[in-house]
Amino acid sequence: MNSEAILPQTTPAVAMIRTLGLIAAICGLIIVSAYQGTYDAVQENKRIAVERAVFKVIPAAKSIVEFAALPTGGVEKIGASGTVPAGALKFYAGYDEGGGLAGIAAEGAAKGYADNVRILFAYDLATSSISAFSVVAMRETPGIGDKILVDKEFLANFPLEAKVSADLKALANAIVTVKHGSKTKPWEVDAISGATITSRAVGKAINDAAQVLLPRIAPNLDKLKEKS
Amino acid sequence: MSQPTGQMSARNWDEFMEGVWRQNPVFVMVLGMCPTLAVTVSGVNALSMGLATTFVLVCSCGLVSLLRKLIPKEVRIATYIVIIATFVTVVDYVIQAVSLALYDALGAFIQLIVVNCIILGRAEAHASKNPPMAAMTNALGMGVGFTIGLLALGTVREILGAGALFGVSLFGADFQPWVIMVLPPGGFFVLGAWLLFFATLERRKQRKQRNLAEATQNA
Amino acid sequence: MHESAANIFINALLANNFVLAMFLGLCPFLGVSGKLETAFPMGVATTFVMLVASLCAYGLNLLLTAFQLEFLRLISYIVIIASSVQLVEMVLKKYSPALFRALGIYLPLITTNCAVLGVALFQTAREYDFVQSMAFSFGGGAGFTLALVLMASVRERLQLSDVPSVAQGTALSLMLAGILSLAFMGFAGIGG
Repeated sequence: MNSEAILPQTTPAVAMIRTLGLIAAICGLIIVSAYQGTYDAVQENKRIAVERAVFKVIPAAKSIVEFAALPTGGVEKIGASGTVPAGALKFYAGYDEGGGLAGIAAEGAAKGYADNVRILFAYDLATSSISAFSVVAMRETPGIGDKILVDKEFLANFPLEAKVSADLKALANAIVTVKHGSKTKPWEVDAISGATITSRAVGKAINDAAQVLLPRIAPNLDKLKEKS
Repeated sequence: MSQPTGQMSARNWDEFMEGVWRQNPVFVMVLGMCPTLAVTVSGVNALSMGLATTFVLVCSCGLVSLLRKLIPKEVRIATYIVIIATFVTVVDYVIQAVSLALYDALGAFIQLIVVNCIILGRAEAHASKNPPMAAMTNALGMGVGFTIGLLALGTVREILGAGALFGVSLFGADFQPWVIMVLPPGGFFVLGAWLLFFATLERRKQRKQRNLAEATQNA
Repeated sequence: MHESAANIFINALLANNFVLAMFLGLCPFLGVSGKLETAFPMGVATTFVMLVASLCAYGLNLLLTAFQLEFLRLISYIVIIASSVQLVEMVLKKYSPALFRALGIYLPLITTNCAVLGVALFQTAREYDFVQSMAFSFGGGAGFTLALVLMASVRERLQLSDVPSVAQGTALSLMLAGILSLAFMGFAGIGG
């Protein structure tokens, strides 16, 4: 009996490493090709999506410039690479045909019923108020949570007052969602009856973003007023 | 020579149909449940997920089959997973390039295709032991079967839960949708109902065969 | 994201239960929940792997973002998960062979458990920091175990009930899961 035939064949380590290396190389090549091949299309799609969303919340805007609100308090344009400095918040300045500032838009997110609700809200500098919002992505219950898009009473919450406090540290009054029918102040959001969780998510998303962003923008309005 | 070609295409057809009907991943093997229930809230999502999974299935099984003599058996599962993850990454970027809206709708479940038991199961059970053509045909059959299963769920849930089919409203504005159908419990109920339906069909077929056997015995 | 760790934990455990609301981890949920004595250890093993995976994914993500290699994210996550499962297998084999045998084929299958990869992917998408990630994975694992244990308890009882034979098996489990999922919908909003 040939005893070597009974022993199971184990692959020698060198052959294994060589094969695994080959497979890793093949897979790496496939991934990188796919990434490079789709990169331009993906970037274009993202740019179109952003543009569409910003034009929706700032109807007077005809062009958009991306800015970053730095933690140190300044604002600077985001360059072609698209990288946002650490700790900075991205926002969009919408300019009308004449190059004047039509409004500012920024993203906010908060936990809704099923997953995060991501919104884009517009801030009107002249009236210090949130003029409109639109939903970027959400997974709320159809027919219940998605009423925030169409419910007339909910949409009547806007324009929502969002003044910055005197010391430029935060909002003068925090934006908060209140029970349906109990809104008394212009900075409160009246929730949709039966869709409280999603309504609260919208209020929280706007508040969390505005509390940080608006105080940083307030001292830099002159940099934003004209399209440079 | 037509005889061998005829045999080969018969075998290929068998391989293909095995995945579509006899071993349907959704209704028979009950594998790959996570995406099945999560994305089938509408017909479009179901179809897209099915196509994406079929693409990954066919490409992974093809590559695994091509490399089957090279892959060391001690690390074969890890290798299969790496190959599958490669093609899932490709699909992920392709979907982003085609439609961001679809990408948002399918969400994390595109990347979760990589842990879909069907693909790993096929790679291990079939692609590692068969030549590329057979492996890819079988994979295609599985993918088509999976897509059919997803569509069966997605269309029912969309019709009942949104009153629409592939985005086209069916019942007009006064329709009160059965919202639970597009929520998680609905997914469980609809799949359970489909399985019940197929089990009943199977039961009837067995009874008929039994009656036939008895009848021929008595005659 | 400004959610507190406690809220994230409660949400992952109840309102957004991984199995009953997010559809993650269904294969073992339907496969292992037949008996209570295998369901609970399976849940614990999966929770442990989820914690390890979450930890590694957090670190990996920092590394990949720093070197702008985001396209390698999926592959590196899944390789880490496969390795963690190997590790857990070896540890169990050495320290608890009875448990190792009881779990059988389902232990290596934790690699293909959507819940484990799901934890890594979701925490990356939601940009959780370290503490939030840990709370998320622990809550998710605990929720998975909870769902598994609930299912196993009911299924054990059902074995003594008069269920029509055409409905037995997976169809019944799915109906059960649907009812459990409906019940868990009542937890909505519990985590603030």
